[in-house]
Amino acid sequence: MAKLLMKGNEAIAESAIRSGCRFFFGYPITPQNQIPEYMSKRMPQIGGTFLQAESEVSAINMVYGASGSGARVMTSSSGPGISLKQEGISYLAGAQLPCVIVNIMRGGPGLGSIQPSQGDYFQSTRGGGHGDYRVPVLAPSSVSEAVSLTQRAFDLADQYRTPVILLGDGMIGQMMEPVDLPDQPDQPAAPSAPSKPWAATGWDGSRPRSIINSLYIDPSALERHNTMLQDKFAEIAKNEVAYSSEHTDDADLIIIAYGTVARIARSAIRAARASGIKVGMIRPITLWPFPSEPIARAARTAKAFLTVEMSAGQMVDDARLAVGGLKPVYFYGRTGGMVPAVRDVLARIKEAV
Amino acid sequence: MPTLTIQSDLCKGCGLCVDVCPKKVLGFDPSSLNAKGYRPASVLAPDACVACAFCARMCPDCCITVER
Amino acid sequence: MSIVFSKPLSLTDNVLTYCPGCTHGIIHRLVAEAIDDLGVQSQTIGVAPVGCAVFAYNFFAVDMLQAAHGRAPAVATGVKRVHPDKIVFTYQGDGDLASIGMAEIMHAAARGEKITTIFVNNAIYGMTGGQMAPTTLVGQVTTTSPYGRSEELTGKPIRVSEIISQLDGTAYAARVSAHDPKHVMEAKKAIRKAFETQRGGAGFSMVEVLSTCPTNWGMTPIEALKWVATDMVPYYPLGVYKDLSKGAA
Repeated sequence: MAKLLMKGNEAIAESAIRSGCRFFFGYPITPQNQIPEYMSKRMPQIGGTFLQAESEVSAINMVYGASGSGARVMTSSSGPGISLKQEGISYLAGAQLPCVIVNIMRGGPGLGSIQPSQGDYFQSTRGGGHGDYRVPVLAPSSVSEAVSLTQRAFDLADQYRTPVILLGDGMIGQMMEPVDLPDQPDQPAAPSAPSKPWAATGWDGSRPRSIINSLYIDPSALERHNTMLQDKFAEIAKNEVAYSSEHTDDADLIIIAYGTVARIARSAIRAARASGIKVGMIRPITLWPFPSEPIARAARTAKAFLTVEMSAGQMVDDARLAVGGLKPVYFYGRTGGMVPAVRDVLARIKEAV
Repeated sequence: MPTLTIQSDLCKGCGLCVDVCPKKVLGFDPSSLNAKGYRPASVLAPDACVACAFCARMCPDCCITVER
Repeated sequence: MSIVFSKPLSLTDNVLTYCPGCTHGIIHRLVAEAIDDLGVQSQTIGVAPVGCAVFAYNFFAVDMLQAAHGRAPAVATGVKRVHPDKIVFTYQGDGDLASIGMAEIMHAAARGEKITTIFVNNAIYGMTGGQMAPTTLVGQVTTTSPYGRSEELTGKPIRVSEIISQLDGTAYAARVSAHDPKHVMEAKKAIRKAFETQRGGAGFSMVEVLSTCPTNWGMTPIEALKWVATDMVPYYPLGVYKDLSKGAA
């Protein structure tokens, strides 16, 4: 393993390639452009396919076709483009197709700004498109974590036959940090992903016909399909929660923050502890499934919680559901591409205790 | 001699085959209904068939087999 | 006795769910015959649209993907990029292809995507109950043009084959009709040619097939066939609009 200094977006792209992703379909939008740009350079070198689609709508449907054909495939975008992809994500979830969708969040609503934001939390963690579904959402807080979570995303996608969202913010995408990339020599063929007997590969009569589909016109059949999907989501929720706890054992106040904001919170916690305030942090790594259980456990000993977000208050709803009214859950957030400052977080910590 | 076979259970009685047949081989038997409630096309004048297969080519439900 | 005509192998035994007299069934059969004739059933992957043909995956005896409304060419692009050695086709109606899916079909053609599109134009939205389509003729009454399609309000119908044939990525484009045996035979030739064009790697291929909707046109099946000939063909001229395949003049 060699340490490399890489930009978040490029590290995600390279990590995808080393995870066996050989197909990428995307459309330009700031602040994620280095992902398609990197893919356009790398894919031809390794016998993969990069294709710039005519829209995010087309890109996600190309993902649907490639995934339905059995390939490891990825797309990436940012808020406005992710909104366009929601139709396809719903179809992917309904048809149970594995893929990885990267959202490098920017300020919204509407065209918003190109600066970092976490305003797509609701959209990501609630499914985002029409119908009853959830998709795993992984939220890296550093470039090196973005690398490992990209690999995790592909594995989860294949294991559960589901789209997986890698949810970064513009800061994660744009900053440079040293990363350890898993050794994976360039090779023409994709590393072995799990076998996909359900994929459309051409029917020679030796297996049932592969039909990639989300239509169940008979209501009882659709309910059975939904029940099966819900069972799968319950399984994911049971097995795949990831989070990190920092200084929570003796904490009076626990900050809940993810992504870039967790790093700002960490600095604020250090400063607070230096002045004798016992603050800890629970950092969700999976936003869905949300680490409700560890937060509920912490609510027995902590006196209060503070969620810090680059949004007008989205994850705070999940935190309050987890705490269940047992303790107060405060919120501090900035929007529009504004990033919370350490001193402001520290001020909120002092207000809360 | 040409033989026309109509899978009556698949026929929706649209009449395209009846209309296109140049030899008036096909028609509707007023006493015949299939399980779906359609009146299927019937071979009324088998001897006139010349196996042109126009009927089968125009059948939207693939219910006609033509043999010679 | 020898068989002159029977159902192609590339159609399943499932009962076609189209209305009586709807020519979708004929067009399905022509596609299946082309697949049989070329001996590529095990090498073919199809993409079904949203519309009356949404259940096409039940009828073609090949691996199939069902696509979101209008997105079949993008889905087919994903399939073809993974399986460049396979024959990949989309089967789309006029609402799916010429309205909501205009971007996808244009760009698939422009890229010279080596897929084949079967475009069924019956000048109306069938599945949703007879609303106006981008291909609805001026004056044609539908449930959303109850006074007849107004050119002032909605312009004139889109002639897709003419537009598609202008794109450099298109190797083959033809408009055919399914309204009588002679035209059905011509349609069969065109569909086969489109698949051969794909196999030869020349680029994108499309066959537009004029089709009927007796139910939503409010006609008998036989009246509907006649209406194709008298009203649709004059606005949508039949013929091969482009042929860049090997051996073409």
